[in-house]
Parts: sequence; structure tokens; C-alpha cells
Amino acid sequence: MTSGGIRIKAWAAAVCALFAGAAWANPRPGQLNMTRGVTEWSYRPYLLNNVALGVCVAIGILVFGAMFIAMFRFRKSRGAVAEKWTHNTMLEIVWTTIPVLILIVLAYMATGGLTTFADTTGAQMTVKVTGYQWKWRYDYVDYQGKPVEHVGFMSRLDALSDETRELRSGLDPKAVQENGENTYLLNVDHPLVVPVGVKIRFVITAGDVIHSWWVPQLGWKMDAIPGIVNAAWTNIKEPGVYRGQCAELCGQDHGFMPIVVKAVPKAEFEQWLAAQQKPAAAPAPAAAGSAAAPATAQVPAAPAHQG
Amino acid sequence: MAHAATHDHHDGHHGAPSNFFVRWCMSTNHKDIGTLYLVFSLLMFFIGGSFAMVIRAELFKPGMQLVQPYFFNEMTTLHALVMIFGAVMPAFVGLGNWMIPLMIGAPDMALPRMNNLSFWILPFAFALMLSTLFLPGGGPAGGWTMYPPLALQTDSLAYVVFAVHLMGISSIMGAINIIATILNMRAPGMDLLKMPVFVWSWLITAFLLIAVMPVLAGAVTMLLTDKYFGTSFFNAAGGGDPVLYQHIFWFFGHPEVYIMILPAFGLVSEIIPTFARKPIFGYKAMVFAIASIAFLSFIVWAHHMFAVGLPLGAEIFFMYATMLIAVPTGVKVFNWVSTMWGGSMTFETPMLFAIAFVILFTIGGFSGLMLALVPADFQYHDSYFVVAHFHYVLVTGAVFAIIAATYYWLPKWTGHMYSEFWGKVHFWNSVIWVNVLFFPQHFLGLAGMPRRIPDYNVAFANFNMISSIGGFLFGASQLIFLGVVIHCVFFSKKKAADRVWEGAKGLEWTVPSPAPFHTFEVPPVIHDEELAHGHVED
Repeated sequence: MTSGGIRIKAWAAAVCALFAGAAWANPRPGQLNMTRGVTEWSYRPYLLNNVALGVCVAIGILVFGAMFIAMFRFRKSRGAVAEKWTHNTMLEIVWTTIPVLILIVLAYMATGGLTTFADTTGAQMTVKVTGYQWKWRYDYVDYQGKPVEHVGFMSRLDALSDETRELRSGLDPKAVQENGENTYLLNVDHPLVVPVGVKIRFVITAGDVIHSWWVPQLGWKMDAIPGIVNAAWTNIKEPGVYRGQCAELCGQDHGFMPIVVKAVPKAEFEQWLAAQQKPAAAPAPAAAGSAAAPATAQVPAAPAHQG
Repeated sequence: MAHAATHDHHDGHHGAPSNFFVRWCMSTNHKDIGTLYLVFSLLMFFIGGSFAMVIRAELFKPGMQLVQPYFFNEMTTLHALVMIFGAVMPAFVGLGNWMIPLMIGAPDMALPRMNNLSFWILPFAFALMLSTLFLPGGGPAGGWTMYPPLALQTDSLAYVVFAVHLMGISSIMGAINIIATILNMRAPGMDLLKMPVFVWSWLITAFLLIAVMPVLAGAVTMLLTDKYFGTSFFNAAGGGDPVLYQHIFWFFGHPEVYIMILPAFGLVSEIIPTFARKPIFGYKAMVFAIASIAFLSFIVWAHHMFAVGLPLGAEIFFMYATMLIAVPTGVKVFNWVSTMWGGSMTFETPMLFAIAFVILFTIGGFSGLMLALVPADFQYHDSYFVVAHFHYVLVTGAVFAIIAATYYWLPKWTGHMYSEFWGKVHFWNSVIWVNVLFFPQHFLGLAGMPRRIPDYNVAFANFNMISSIGGFLFGASQLIFLGVVIHCVFFSKKKAADRVWEGAKGLEWTVPSPAPFHTFEVPPVIHDEELAHGHVED
């Protein structure tokens, strides 16, 4: 389906994705493994994934290897005569004990990852994330200990993707690009802008049905549930644009409510935040179209669009 | 021994009734009802499969080409409901109906009229559920898990809830019947620890069914009253909790997962010893492993909910409990391999499917272990990695075991041999294409593709196209299966021996092929050496 050159590029990307997860921010064609992510915490699921996969591959080689040897050696057509034994206590003790030991190691690693993730204290910034059918709302609650007033906006699928994804639209998903990167279904009108190097607490909820806020580069997803406020945190290390999607089935347009996090240096973020807080910003047409958007909704100024 | 018993004179009911309606609709015969279950299951397998073909066709390349997103969601929802409740579960009940009385030397199921009822509920339940596709408002589209509040937005909720109630009643009656049969109707000398592993696996599964089907019924009833009668079980605005539904659902749902795999363990434990010509390794360990997996299934439900924001302690408990399941499951896999070791193996179609089961189910088990690790699950959860995982355990697990069992016992049921050549063609096509279908989905999930989406970014295009091609060919391969079965039932000329397979042991092989309408009207005399597990030592 693709030319040789593109295929080679895809494989090169795959190799990069496999061996240097952090090199690529967003899903790449042919990506084979989980991303390492870009935050203080996100290497933990990545490491756990790799270790668990390694353990599984090693056990698989042993077990399947034994099976294939058995299938080769103990064939009737090679004159094998069935033996009668049905027990081997020593062997059974060994293959019960060794898996338990392996599980203890994995459990130890996983528990460490879990306790660090559960600790949302000490955050310097809070963002409230609200899922709606089928868009996200971001409200900036506080930053560096000071409350942030009136900075909040809806974030929905970008217009080009939205047009292209119509049934038999005749538009080519490959043509939905931004800076040479395909952003089909992974771009929004107003991304969530956050600073790097700051521990950000997310409080996550929903307005109608259950959604789930997932940016693979941050290393986690968290369900957005109406009536419940969940908490999670991140501390992004590298500036960049990180894309994700709603991960909990939420109705017909579940596949069309992406998440874009734009991580910028602290100074740039503070400038942006100050610009947002300026009063009397005229209600933008994008927000006006949304019935679910509270009246205080403001849209970020044009420069906030990634570029 | 038992052979003579089947030819005893016994006035009244000898052959099957000649009237089609009387024979099939009013049957109380375990073999005919077993056949009905199996035929129904095959029909549902193809209906559910056709939904899967729609899903894979839409996902063939990026962009929406064939169906609207809402219809796509109806397809994913109904594919799951039909395959779980319509294909896999009735297939196991059908195999249990046919084989359990034959394996324990019973003349029939303990409750034959209830047996008829529990089958004949099913066609109505599925007619009701599938009819929603043709009603205004459409079918259920909130996923087979029916999470509120989304499920409450579906207009067809009442139909689906009633259909689920009917399926639950059918399953519970089937389970009661199986327990009553196994505990009361064993031939003298067929001690519990001489029973075939398949019978053991069904006994344990039946207890799981009785324990959890009422829980599902309760959960969906609360959905019903939330939607139509103003209750607020799952509505936070009314003091309820949407997450409560997930706890209740998965308290049913996780044992349900094992309801769909424990009988498969039993089937494979029958087939491998037969074709390895060597008794199963560690019979008691196998039974104990099934029982411990069944027990653990009740205390791991929240591993389906690691991303709902559980408290830390709950996440740690459910992670550890889930990881524990790897131990008895590992024991089973090691025991199957040890059964093969030192045997004298031949590779007829049932054995091929059984071996594929062991390897591919184990791969599904590996990804299951990875999913148990909570921090990694924060990434895997609700992604295509999960889709790959549960299709490995359900398709190459449960379905492969059912297909293996069908080839294994088909000659006993029909009295004719199936075509070994076409059986092998079916096997190789299935095993190759099922991996082309599901293996790339691991990569898609790891790269960040969520499940249940009708369209995706161009980065996911390559593996989706590969997966779809595998899907179409796997689906087409099952038509070979249909052909082999039809040929065997109606056209095959090759007579099957009573003991169809050289290494086969157990009572079912002592009756003629095809198994007469009535068997074991006089209990067979049990000779331990003729049983697969007649000499249990440890």
C-alpha cells in the first residue's frame, strides 16, 4: 500500500520508537512498543511494561520450546512409545515456586510506581478537566499558590479533522497535517497549555457520561465520571505538543474528542496565562456554539494555537 | 461392558420421535438438546462474526467509509453480547449436555424438562435483542458492559435488559441441571476424583454461573429502574454512584470471564491425553487449579477498573490478587506440556487445535499478567492492547477449544468421520489468520489507540489494515468449518469406530457411534483401567 521508501521510513520510525521511546512524541506508523513518555513519572509504566514483557518472552521461550521439542521427539510416527508417569513432585514444586518469586519482583516494582502516582500533594498548579459529549473543558484553578480567575475553555476536534471524518467525506485523512505531522483526529481547536517543570494536579470529572482522559506521553489515563472528582498529577520535562484521546466509550463521537497538551517553558506559560486573564475578551465564536459551555468560558488568544 | 447396556430391551422410548417438531422442540433428550445448543451457538457465531466483519471493514483504513459512528458502536456492543452469551456460553452448555451424561454413565440430565426450557428461552432472548437493530432508535450502543450513564441514553435499553434476564435464567437453569446431574447421576464407581477433567471443570463453572448471573440480573434491573422508574442507583445527582454499577457488573463480569474459559481447560485436558496416548499429568493438580482460579475470580473484579480512581489500597489489593491467578494458570499450562512430554503423539485436527489453544491462550495469559500491573495498566487500559488480550483468551482460547472438542466428538455424535484433510485446512487457516488478526492489535494499543473507536489517526493505519485482512480471512476460514461439519453430518461415508481415537479413554467411547438415542439406561460397570483417571495416586 505504500512505496518502498515510505515503508523504510516507517520501519526506521518503528526502530526509533522501540529503542528510544522518547524520541517521538506521538504515535508513529509502525510503533511497536509503549512510549517512554515525557514526564517525571511516565518511565515507570514503560519500564514495567518492558520488564514484564521480557519475563513473558523468557517464560514463553521455555514453555513453547519444551512443547515444540515434545512435539518433535514424542511423535508416534517416529516410533515414540507413550510412557506412563503422571507426576513429578519436585518439578511441580519448582514450577509453582519460581513464578511466585517472579510475581513478587513484578509486584514490588508496580507498587512503587503506584504509590508515587497516588501522591498528588505538593502540586504548584491545578487544572480542572471536564469531559462532555464530545469535547473537553479545561479550567485553570490555581498557579503557584494563587487562584486563577476566569481562565477556562472548551477544547474540541479541529475543523479539518471534523470535516474529513464525515462518512464518505471524500477528504483524505492523510492530508490533515500540521508541521508535517499527521494530526487527523488528534488535533483540537484549543489545546491545554501547561508549563514544563511544574507539578500539575489535574482534577478530573465529567458533565454527562463517563469519559477518560488519556495522553500516552503523560503515562496514565484517568476516568472522568459525572459526580466524582478524580485526581492525578504530572510534571512534564520537555516542551512539546502531546496528543491523546478519550479512552472510555462515551457515545457516537467517542472517537472524535482528542486531547492536546501543549507544554511550554514556564516564562512563556506565565505570559500566556496573563493574556488569558485580561478581562473583556470578546466571546469567541467557537465557545458560543457550545450549549454546555458556561457563560464565563473564554477562549485563548490566537497565538496559543500550537505552531 | 457398558456397550451391552445400551442394547437392553426397554419398552416405550427407543428411537428418536419421527415428527420434526416433537423431536426438536419438545425434546427432553440430552443429546438432542445438546445438538440444539451447538447448532444455535454456531448460528450465533456467524451472526456475531458478521458484526466483527463490519467492524474490521470500517477500520480497514482511516476515514469513515461504510457506517455511521453510532452504528459502529451498535456493532461492537452486539458483537460482544452475541459472542459471549450466544456463541461461547451455549457452545459449552451444548458440549456439557451431550457429553457429561455420557462421561459419567448417566442416562440423561437430571432435569430433562428444565433442560428443554433452558434451551428454548435462548432463541427468544436473542430474537428480542437483535430485533433492536431494526427498531427506531437503534440497538444498544453503549458497549456490552452497559456502563451508566451512557447506557441509559440508549432507547433499546429495556429490550436488552429483558434479553439479558432471559439469558441469565437460561444459564442458571442450565447450571442447576449440570450440578444436579454430576452430583446425583454418576454411575456407581464413578467417584468424584475419577471424573474426567471436563466434567470437573463444568461442575465448578456451574457454581460460578449460579453465583454471578443473579448479580448481572440485579445490575441491569437497576439500570432499568434508573431509566424508567426514577431511581438513582447510578446517578450522582440523586445520591447514587456511576462507579457502583461497575463494581456490581465486574463482580459478575470477572467470574463470567472464567465461565468462558474453565470448560475450555476441561476440553483441552481431555483431548491432549488422548492424542499423546498418555494420562493427564497431575490430575488432582488440574482440578485444584480450576477450583482455585474459580475462587480467585471472585476477588479480582476491580482490575477492570484501575482507571476509575480507586483508592491506593484497593488498587494494590486487586493487583496482587490478580497476579496470583498466574500461578494456578501456569500450573495448568505446565501440566499440559508435561502430558505431551514422553507421549506418543499424533496430530489429528482436535489435537492441532488443542496445541494451538495451549500456546495462544498462554500468550493471552501473558498479556493478562502485564495488564494486572497497575501503573502499566494506566497505559494499557481501554486500548487495543486489551482488545488483543481478551481476543487471545476468548478466540484462540475458548473458541479454539470448542472447535477442537467439536472435531473430537463429531464422529461420536454422527457416526461418521469428518474430512481430516479439510479439518487441517481449516486449522492452518484459522491459526495463521487469527494471529494476523489479533497480534498487531497489541502494537496498536501500545502506540496509543483506544478501543471502541470507528476511525483513527493515520499512524495506526498499517497495523489496522493488516488486522482487518487477518480478520476477513479468519472469518472466511470458519466457512470451511461449517463445510466440514455439514459434510460430516450429512454426506460422509466413512464410518466411525466406537472408540474413535486410538488413545481415547472414558465411558463416552464405550457406547456405539453414533451414540444411540438412549444410553446407559442401565448404569455401566466401571472398570478403573478404562477411565482416563481411574488410577489417581497422589
